[in-house]
Amino acid sequence: MRGRIVIEIDGLTKRYGDKTAVDELSFVVEPGVVTGFLGPNGAGKSTTMRMIAGLDRPTSGTVRVNGKHYPHCAAPMAELGILLDARSVHPGLSARNNLLALARTAGIGRRRVDQVIELAGLADVAGTRSGGFSLGMGQRLGVAAALLGQPQTVVLDEPVNGLDPDGVRWIRLLLKSLADEGRTVFVSSHLMSEMAQTATRLVIVGRGKLIAETSVEDFIGRAAVGDVLVRTPEPTGLGEALAGPGVTVTSDGTDVLRVSGVTAEQIGTAACRAHVPVFELTPNRASLEEAFMQVTQDSLEYHAGVAR
Amino acid sequence: MSAALAPAPAHAGLAPAAAGPVTQVRVIRSEWVKLRALRSTWSCMLIAVMLIVGVGAVFAGGKPYRVSAAHPAAAAVSVSLFGILVAQLVIGALGVLVFSGEYGTGMIRASLAAVPSRLPVLWAKLIVLAGLVLPVTLVAALADFFVATAIQSARGASAISLTDPGVLRTVAGAALYLSVAAVIGLALGALFRKTAAGLSAFAAVFFVAPIVLPHLPQAVAGIAPYLPSSAGGSLWGQPLVAHPLSPWTGFALLCGYAVVLVGLAAWQLRRRDA
Repeated sequence: MRGRIVIEIDGLTKRYGDKTAVDELSFVVEPGVVTGFLGPNGAGKSTTMRMIAGLDRPTSGTVRVNGKHYPHCAAPMAELGILLDARSVHPGLSARNNLLALARTAGIGRRRVDQVIELAGLADVAGTRSGGFSLGMGQRLGVAAALLGQPQTVVLDEPVNGLDPDGVRWIRLLLKSLADEGRTVFVSSHLMSEMAQTATRLVIVGRGKLIAETSVEDFIGRAAVGDVLVRTPEPTGLGEALAGPGVTVTSDGTDVLRVSGVTAEQIGTAACRAHVPVFELTPNRASLEEAFMQVTQDSLEYHAGVAR
Repeated sequence: MSAALAPAPAHAGLAPAAAGPVTQVRVIRSEWVKLRALRSTWSCMLIAVMLIVGVGAVFAGGKPYRVSAAHPAAAAVSVSLFGILVAQLVIGALGVLVFSGEYGTGMIRASLAAVPSRLPVLWAKLIVLAGLVLPVTLVAALADFFVATAIQSARGASAISLTDPGVLRTVAGAALYLSVAAVIGLALGALFRKTAAGLSAFAAVFFVAPIVLPHLPQAVAGIAPYLPSSAGGSLWGQPLVAHPLSPWTGFALLCGYAVVLVGLAAWQLRRRDA
């Protein structure tokens, strides 16, 4: 796999004393698309990301970034740019000096520092001490730091935390353009809805274990298909036309039916055959958040059990 | 190209990487950016210089010193450098902060992610800290010497020059002593990671122990002259303790302490999670 722009995680485990934060995690993050790293709080996302950056030492298992063990990279900032969830800037230094200090380690000049300041929308505050920054500005500074070396792989832990809607949009566009440039983009979040708008692929974890490695599309498809809302002047007739094994039709006495077990296309076809007029046919897709909750429920219950 | 990473439009293919390999020289430059830009650096240095020169000037206002066989010129210079006993705490604090400041704020994670081999960060911090403390304290010690001798000679004391026996060693020794103290502070900051713990450890070793130990039973009191501050103090003739060690042997012992602590810090930096 040498030379590929990819993150390979194999059997990764991290224990802190008795607590297992990451448990035999294995997955691959491919270039060219945004991969979401999804899981409830405490699922081991941040720990995994710290191990990718070589900050935490795995108890067992390996992490490879572009085929190499990251701490052995000759030019680390060209390989990997990382934003960690907790702040990692010095409040006594200005945004510019925070970035310049990192840039110097890789021989990156002031021009590139000014570019990422501009890119992150921090030009007005670049010279002021970053201790006074809001959470959102701190996040922007962290993202700017991650992009300094124009890295082939970008790992961002909860980048939208604390950002205003404008900042959230900025992050989404930024991630997509990075992926379109062929970079590997790996972004964590505990919000499924956020990932649905940004990511193409998903790595879902709970309790430190891999729950699913899938595409956003498949994930939604595999999650319980929601019901379909049908409005018709002949609810009884349509109900009879749809009757079959696995199909449930509920009526609230008005002209609205809720049908589950068949797709909107099948309902429309059945209505046409039965010559029943249909005024409205709305698939009520299971929301991503619900699907995500379903998938991660076990790990959440486990946590609640432990806390008691 | 600024457009290469701009949100839109997207560019096909990879832009050439802006980042080159990590080298020790680059990490030194990086650490210098941090040290130079932090206010605490300059306030610590300013306070240390004022303590060294100020205390020296006050002591020079005392009885005029007469150089004789029993009262060598270097001893008078040592007394004028008395401010070092307080200035060392400020210098040590600066050393502690070099690491504990990064652990306390979380910046260490960014620093170590950028330099994942880690040890170059420790060496770079040592070099920029010693590179700042040594020249500044040397200038302060020289300023102290000239101010104190000027005041003393105005009061009718014997003339003392830098070329008198042991005088230059005492003045330069003060700066060397403070530089190694700063290095020990840095190592303690790296080992404890917390500013309060690092400062306490430094103050306990350099300030409290030399005062308390001599009052303890002989078995314990006997090690007092070998404490870092007493051993290193023999180079600049620290007037508080009798020196069983020659100036350079004592200084070598101080350096030995620094090497051991820095070694421990290096070992821990490599092994522990950041």
